[in-house]
Amino acid sequence: MITGEQKPLEEIKGFLTNGRKVLVVGCGTCVTVCFAGGEKEAQILAASLRMSTKLGGDPKEVSDVTVQRQCEWEYLDVIEKEVQEADIIVSLACGIGVQAMAKHFPEKWVVPGLNTNFLGLPEEQGIWTEQCQACGDCILALTGGICPIARCAKQLLNGPCGGSENGLCEVKRVKKDGGIPVMETDARGRQRPVMEDVECAWHLIHERLSSLGKLDLLMEVQPPKDWSSSRDGGPRRIVREDLLLLDEG
Amino acid sequence: MTDQAATNGYKSGSNLEKVLRAGHFAVTGELGPPQNADGDHIREKAGLLRGFVDAVNITDNQTAVVRMSSIGAAIIAIQEGLEPVMQMTCRDRNRLAMQADFLSAYALGIKNMLALTGDHQSFGNHPTAKNVHDVDSLQLLGMLRDLRDEKKFDCGDPIKECEPRFFVGAAAAPEAGPTEWRPYRLAKKVSAGADFIQTQLVYNVDAFKKYMEEVRKLGLHEKVFILVGVGPLKGPGMARYMRDFVPGISMPDHIIDRMTKAATGIPKEEKQARRDAWRAEGIQVCIELMQEVREIKGVAGVHVMAIEWEEAVESIVEGAGMLPRPVVE
Ligand code: SF4
Ligand code: SF4
Repeated sequence: MITGEQKPLEEIKGFLTNGRKVLVVGCGTCVTVCFAGGEKEAQILAASLRMSTKLGGDPKEVSDVTVQRQCEWEYLDVIEKEVQEADIIVSLACGIGVQAMAKHFPEKWVVPGLNTNFLGLPEEQGIWTEQCQACGDCILALTGGICPIARCAKQLLNGPCGGSENGLCEVKRVKKDGGIPVMETDARGRQRPVMEDVECAWHLIHERLSSLGKLDLLMEVQPPKDWSSSRDGGPRRIVREDLLLLDEG
Repeated sequence: MTDQAATNGYKSGSNLEKVLRAGHFAVTGELGPPQNADGDHIREKAGLLRGFVDAVNITDNQTAVVRMSSIGAAIIAIQEGLEPVMQMTCRDRNRLAMQADFLSAYALGIKNMLALTGDHQSFGNHPTAKNVHDVDSLQLLGMLRDLRDEKKFDCGDPIKECEPRFFVGAAAAPEAGPTEWRPYRLAKKVSAGADFIQTQLVYNVDAFKKYMEEVRKLGLHEKVFILVGVGPLKGPGMARYMRDFVPGISMPDHIIDRMTKAATGIPKEEKQARRDAWRAEGIQVCIELMQEVREIKGVAGVHVMAIEWEEAVESIVEGAGMLPRPVVE
């Protein structure tokens, strides 16, 4: 699924200066499942924006609506009326939904209410982890179903690097809660972000292939990857001739 | 014209290659370029190393901090009469930039190249940078080998004349995880094209001996020159830091104890005297490590990393009985 986290309220408010009527549009698919941009979050954001702009002395008229999927035209047609009445649309969908809205309603100003994060897995209640970078040429058959493109900090195809120790990557991650870095005070009284450990993907790959008796897969030197199938080749497109709606003329 | 004839059957004809192929126990050093544009900085450091090492590694934006480029600093080293081992990481360049720099480096007289993954940018002074990692260190080794032996670019296009002929090196981290995989990773680096290996700093000789046992079982010591990384400690604090924070370094307690005891009896106020005592002990420990690893079968040399302490190199190499350095014609 696509994961996202809501932007800070102040940032979203900053997008609203040039309009009075604001429509918050939620999306009923991925971002609902990760509690970032579904119906409930759209309602809460709309209420917060109403309250906060009122307190700030520049009250906005904020309403909300949620569609099943913001990335499909047919669902966007349904909210045509609400959209036309608004000056600014805050989309709580992923980046795909925001762009779909902007394309479908070309005369409307559409802004993102989320930061779209990654293609991830709900690991456990409240925790999502990145699993795939949509590189367009899946190598999971070589790595025992663990993706080094998404999960190794250096995207190595022949890992692990010298920074792997006790199963952990040398690269730590800033600990965040709801998108906001968790801070601590260090010995000298300075504020600094709390860092947390990250598993070394190549350690995991080694462990898994070893337990399945398939370490020979790792002995082969993998050649440089063809990144042209990934985003490096420019925006990608899938065309399925068999599915195209043929003109029946 | 290719340079193959000019290299007399050597892959590159570098001093390091000649010393190793002649069967001498090699000594390489390390020189970190400055975080400014001062060429004299390199010249001064070169003066501290010249004559005491067979070649010197020029680091490439080491610890992901912006410095004078390894290619630029390597050229100054050559001007100063020091043979460089130019380092190149996969962090900052894609395959186009890498190969372009190989052509330039070779044209400018650089003959040894070390292929590294590179420290992650989050450790350096531009943590918000995008990293490249178009190829990894093994693929980079293959690229260097093919440029030289197959006379072709990574894409397969032939190099019509004057291919870059480097003596190709790689790093190894025997103590990094998973340790049981490390000898096999070395095997992969050898099959990818490494001519020589420089290891991460070794302090735990017992652990390193076990690693070398596995390396010998795989026959790798006969296919690649292995130079063991050693470095003088400046004090017990540095030893503890390495133990606690540097991945891939195993620091035994007895070395930490030795470093601590070095200043026993010297009052805390006498900072300079304590510092000198620690440093003298650090040099002594380093010398002993060099002598110990020299006895391990399959070890072809040492790589002395005296980080920001190049002054120590002469006494270390001399103390280990490795001076004068051989001259191979
Ligand atoms: S190899 Fe590519 S497609 Fe497969 S999981 Fe990784 S990023 Fe996704
Ligand atoms: S430690 Fe592991 S996950 Fe981290 S960069 Fe190295 S190989 Fe990749």
